[in-house]
Amino acid sequence: MSFDFDLLVRFAPLLLSGFLITVVICFFAGIVAMIVGLIVSLGLLSKFALLRWLCRIYVEVMRGTPILIVLFLMYYGGPSFGLTLSAETVGIFGMGLYGGGYFAEIFRSGFQSIPIGQIEAARMLGIGKSAIIWRIRIPQMLTLILPPLTNQMILLVKESAVLSIITVAELTKNTTQMVNETFATLEPYLAAAILYWILIEGIALLGATIEKRVKH
Amino acid sequence: MADAEKLALNAAPNGAPIIEVRDLHKRFGSLEVLKGIELEVRPSEVVCIIGPSGSGKSTLLRSMAFLEEYEDGEVLIEGRLLGYRQTPSGRRRDTDRNIDAVRNCIGMVFQQFNLWPHKTTLSNVTEALRVVQKMDRASAEKRAMENLEKVGMRSKAHEYPGQLSGGQQQRVAIARALAKQPRIMFFDEPTSALDPELVGEVLNVMQTLAKEGMTMVIVTHEMGFAARVADRVIFMDQGVVVEQGAPADLFETPRSNRLRQFLETWNERSSGDG
Ligand SMILES: Nc1ncnc2c1ncn2[C@@H]1O[C@H](COP(=O)(O)OP(=O)(O)OP(=O)(O)O)[C@@H](O)[C@H]1O
Ligand SMILES: [Mg+2]
Repeated sequence: MSFDFDLLVRFAPLLLSGFLITVVICFFAGIVAMIVGLIVSLGLLSKFALLRWLCRIYVEVMRGTPILIVLFLMYYGGPSFGLTLSAETVGIFGMGLYGGGYFAEIFRSGFQSIPIGQIEAARMLGIGKSAIIWRIRIPQMLTLILPPLTNQMILLVKESAVLSIITVAELTKNTTQMVNETFATLEPYLAAAILYWILIEGIALLGATIEKRVKH
Repeated sequence: MADAEKLALNAAPNGAPIIEVRDLHKRFGSLEVLKGIELEVRPSEVVCIIGPSGSGKSTLLRSMAFLEEYEDGEVLIEGRLLGYRQTPSGRRRDTDRNIDAVRNCIGMVFQQFNLWPHKTTLSNVTEALRVVQKMDRASAEKRAMENLEKVGMRSKAHEYPGQLSGGQQQRVAIARALAKQPRIMFFDEPTSALDPELVGEVLNVMQTLAKEGMTMVIVTHEMGFAARVADRVIFMDQGVVVEQGAPADLFETPRSNRLRQFLETWNERSSGDG
């Protein structure tokens, strides 16, 4: 068995463009997931039972559904609600909403591990509820949850391979295209594995760096 | 304020109380923790609340700050009802804004310090000045530094709470509460979470405050401190005020059996420690 480097060089543009799409989609999906997760986590901790209950259902549904089904629902089911989205948009929002369910639970536990006394101290100083959320709870919560958040982000990147099924030209899709065109398997899949590994290690490193910077 | 002046203030026959607690009741589920507390505190008075564990001392202090919602009775701060407003259909919980306005004159210090660990000492103290009083950075930092100076923590202004000892953290917490220039300070066992050798530095700061004429309500197990600094000591047990009076009277000639027992236990324990 031989390893064909020329083949890789020839298909490098295809693989790298797939890599780039994966990075971009995961980046935006991560942002959507953060925003959704934050809002839902605050809902989970709300004093209004109905809101708590709705957010709980959201989390349970997202955690109990395969991501592929979420994507199919949005991509193929969307048009029946008059919602025709590009595959990339479905990728970003599908993964974002899905990841948001997991992020919400992480954020919630982060919020809950902040001692209530810190919030009472703030209330006694006249600091309002929203300033407490933005200036005391969120900054601390983010430092507390960095490790699990990094983990979840890595899982999201791995899950993003399923976007190939709804025709997003991301890394896995382009790798498969290379396999189909060249009948080679070792080179493309190995290259894809390495590219995923680089991305994931990059996220892990970023997470660790931020964590080091914000820890006192 | 000189001691003589302070005495004069306390002795003022018609000096209106700065805090009034009337028939205060508080329940946790079926457990009645406060059973009709009556208490008046006059300006510049230092009141220490003592009593066995679980007697409701913290609950009383927290209700007086409306960190606990009391069911019945009243807490009046400078004559204003705290936590509720009267409506034609009865009593309603007040808005956060009004609650903040009434308790604006109160500073609170907790057993667990409750500093914000992601902020430096300095920004712990400036936070409320910036966010609530909308002071500009320079004046907020100036005010914060003055208060840190007062508790002897100016040199640690740029360190984080995690880098400080318990005693230092508690002094920063006191500076944080003082920066708002309160007229009343509440302390809930401010030294109970501290190693014995760190208790003194916090008590010293509190004693200075008392000398300056700050109105203080202090829940404490430090009998020596109460005897030295308090104008009045309140003994609580099982949700009621059993006995109160000047520290000398209370500690030397306790009238009730419960207080006598409490003091005996405390004496045994502290002589056992030392
Ligand atoms: N949030 C709460 N929920 C239910 N019960 C509570 C709560 N807080 C206090 N209690 C109960 O109320 C009673 C009085 O508690 P409190 O903390 O006021 O006592 P304390 O006099 O401050 O005691 P200690 O000296 O141990 O601090 C105790 O029986 C306690 O278990
Ligand atoms: Mg207590």
